Amino acid sequence: MARSGLDRTNDFAFKIGTVNGTGSASANGLLMQAIFRMGIPVSGKNIFPSNIQGLPTWYEVRVSRDGHMARTPRFDLTVTLNPTSVEQDIAEVVPGGYVVHDSSWPLDESLRREDVTFLGVPMGQMCVEAFEGARTRILMKNILYVGILAALLDIDTEVVKGLLREKFERKPKLLDSNFLAVKMGYDYAKEHFEPPLPLRLEAMDETGDCVLMDGNTAAALGCLYAGATVAAWYPITPATSLMDRFQAFCEGYRKDPETGKNLYCIIQAEDELAAIGMVLGASWMGARSFTPTSGPGISLMSEFIGFSYYAEIPAVIFDVQRTGPSTGMPTRTQQCDLLLCAHASHGDTKHILLFPADPSECFKMAVRAFDLADRFQTAVFVLSDLDIAMNDWACPRMEWDDSYEHDRGRILSSDQIDALDAFHRYLDVDEQEVATRTLPGVNPKGAYFTRGSGHTKFGGYTEDSDEYVEVVDRIARKIAGSADSLPEPILVSRPEAQIGIVAVGSSDGAVREAIDRLAERGVQADYMRIRAFPFHDSVGAFLEDHDPVFVVEQNRDAQLRSLLTLETNVPQERLVPVQYYGGLPLSADHVLDGVLPHLGELGEGGEGEERAGGAAAKAAVDAGAARPKVGAS
Amino acid sequence: MVKHLRKPEVRHPGMRQNSLGLTRRDYEGSMSTLCAGCGHDSITSAITQAFFELEIPPHRAAKLSGIGCSSKTPAYFLGESHGFNAVHGRMPAIASGANAANCDLIYLGVSGDGDSLSIGLGQLCHAIRRNVNLLYVVENNGVYGLTKGQFSASADVGTKSKRGVENRQRPIDPVLLALSIGASFVARSFSGDKAQLVPILKAALTHKGFAIVDIISPCVTFNDHESSTKSYVHTRERYHEVVGADFVPPAEEITADYDAGATEGIRMHDGSLVRFHKVEENYDPRDREAVYEYVSQLQNEGEVVTGLLFIEDSTDDMHDILGTVDTPLVDLPMERLVPGSDALSELMESFR
Repeated sequence: MARSGLDRTNDFAFKIGTVNGTGSASANGLLMQAIFRMGIPVSGKNIFPSNIQGLPTWYEVRVSRDGHMARTPRFDLTVTLNPTSVEQDIAEVVPGGYVVHDSSWPLDESLRREDVTFLGVPMGQMCVEAFEGARTRILMKNILYVGILAALLDIDTEVVKGLLREKFERKPKLLDSNFLAVKMGYDYAKEHFEPPLPLRLEAMDETGDCVLMDGNTAAALGCLYAGATVAAWYPITPATSLMDRFQAFCEGYRKDPETGKNLYCIIQAEDELAAIGMVLGASWMGARSFTPTSGPGISLMSEFIGFSYYAEIPAVIFDVQRTGPSTGMPTRTQQCDLLLCAHASHGDTKHILLFPADPSECFKMAVRAFDLADRFQTAVFVLSDLDIAMNDWACPRMEWDDSYEHDRGRILSSDQIDALDAFHRYLDVDEQEVATRTLPGVNPKGAYFTRGSGHTKFGGYTEDSDEYVEVVDRIARKIAGSADSLPEPILVSRPEAQIGIVAVGSSDGAVREAIDRLAERGVQADYMRIRAFPFHDSVGAFLEDHDPVFVVEQNRDAQLRSLLTLETNVPQERLVPVQYYGGLPLSADHVLDGVLPHLGELGEGGEGEERAGGAAAKAAVDAGAARPKVGAS
Repeated sequence: MVKHLRKPEVRHPGMRQNSLGLTRRDYEGSMSTLCAGCGHDSITSAITQAFFELEIPPHRAAKLSGIGCSSKTPAYFLGESHGFNAVHGRMPAIASGANAANCDLIYLGVSGDGDSLSIGLGQLCHAIRRNVNLLYVVENNGVYGLTKGQFSASADVGTKSKRGVENRQRPIDPVLLALSIGASFVARSFSGDKAQLVPILKAALTHKGFAIVDIISPCVTFNDHESSTKSYVHTRERYHEVVGADFVPPAEEITADYDAGATEGIRMHDGSLVRFHKVEENYDPRDREAVYEYVSQLQNEGEVVTGLLFIEDSTDDMHDILGTVDTPLVDLPMERLVPGSDALSELMESFR
């Protein structure tokens, strides 16, 4: 956050505006990785269009010595390389900030601002002179700005060079041109400006235990370690890279050493209806199986999700949420499928949901999701979102315990089946609410007919009221009873807390930062991050113990608040909705804007908080219908 | 209340047993609840016979279906097989996933004309495209039975519903559809011709890859009247067998009695042999384009062309295409699937 007069070392944000499809992603990744390797807490947000080439795209980097990883809407510096976004890019810089632009052609004078410093570098011209070929020139312009920023922000050039060496180890020609471009940018900035700027970096030791990874990669890794063998999917943003990465991991770790054949099967289905069907078919057969998708896919899968619930077939579904409704904004983030997934499909259904907050949790929860699906013989959703899934996060290293025993749930072996007088699929013999199941092909005595139509506890077809009710009531108890086995909420308490805040998933960083800023104003907040549905008992207790409770979420209709109202006894008016649904990752500003108006005198204390200036206000407008909605509905 | 009806377990001591010591009764299921005289029950009987004769252990088969009268029938055969009654039109997805997980079982999918050609048309086409190792039976009666007699997508132009309404939309023919998108085994038969149907089902079950058998199966309640083109009478009158088939298991080949001059054989994946009796001269069940032309021409003349119409002997099925191991994936222990802690630590270094 911008604090005038304070030390800005390792505490600022910058933004790079380019044209999508021109190779800027690798330059931006290089910057992120270099800062990460300098040991400084850093987060990057890729704000990209649903397009292959030619539209504006941005990459936002925030460095925070305090470890605040949420998006900030206040940019201290912008690199603007896209004529169509230059006006917006310049307007967004905070007063006192910097604009780096390509001075190969004159900047429109009407865009100049008195309160920011313009740093023109003839990037296009330099690349034309130094490199051959249109494509190389375009690509090297990206690397050139890495060099400029390295000088301006004091990025360790040895780290940058090291990264380039790793990347182009086997392509010496490319390495040479990359080195040259970095040097050109660096030297130009050194010669013409007086770097470093007050916004500068200084090595820290805060990321040594971390990796830089996106959530889809982490979830794919979780599927690998969960022992998933059958994966079915239909391509959809922002879930596609989950399967891409699973495929890549399988290529590396799942080849039969003798034959070179695959110890996995990935099927690209004709649509999401088929994808979930394949998952159910494979799970019914005893494989661990999953499908990654996004909201539109869940809509299409709903009928089979109900089948999974009622016929009690395990399934793991990753819903990487993007903005809805309908096609919505496919490359923008939201938490808009909470209600959809909690009750997907017609009839009385309720599903287990897990809410990872970062890539590390995507890994852990992916592994856990398979265990839960097997244990409770039902569909389990992992609800991440575009922000977690597609942005690189500095997050704790993933670890594996070799003594881990995967919980395959209640599957009978052939011998166990033989020992029975008779097998009945849905008979709850020991009041565990979960019946035993058999796998096809194992034992003729274990055969049963799986159906989505009315069935008795013995597995037979029925249209009898009592027989029907007996089974659906047990399933309801089974799902409700799963709450104690799900990831428990994380509680962050402060002494003398006056308010409570609850949130799920990727809202975590923004909420934690907002709580720190509230504390600066003298407002203490307890925070509970809910990690699963059905809710753990402690969720209801937290709501009972706090008044008011702010429910922070990234959707328009307060879906988390609705679920809390449905599932706990807390009075609705005690839960104050704080929402942001403009599609950009949540920032602490959004949370404070929603909370502060409700605090009255309580929130007026404290100083040193420089509220959003013109640029921040502009950012909120850019986010479309981004103004946080406040007030009880 | 309709219940799951079990058949009485009375066995005639003289019943023939197959080499597994099982009788035909061991391949049956519960009592049918379909209308008396329904063509589907004859198909159930033929399926039972085919599995008995092929000597497949019932629990090594998986039977799947969608929704509709046809899709109820897996309850009526193979009582010792796992069954899966999926949602409407989505059986191929379940079969694909199940087969992906366990390539060792025999997969039989039963569907109807509504389930296959309307709501499930896309799934049918893509299962063909993937060449899933599956016998896909279409019990085709041209009508929606459970919802009381609406035309299905296989209803012929000019055929009339029980209420006298004439169908004017062109039908989707499962045989021509399957031929056009590359199915590797295509046959058509008639529920009333068990002598033809059983060998075709046996050949189809032995085929490696996707085998579709379209079986005209009259609906006695809604589509067996005079002005229907899917009635018993109409089908018998217009029945046109082009290729008869015999199925010769590997062990019996040497002693099989056949007229060498009139037949031709195709070696199946498991070593068994399918022998063709060509009723029509010059008919080649391995020439996809010629078969397509022949069937569509006779169809235009109102003939119901039956027999083992097309077969492609050696094709890559879904597992060949996707390169999976021969061991069923469900049989792989976790040790072979989970790379372990050292691999993960090493991998983490590449994300620094």
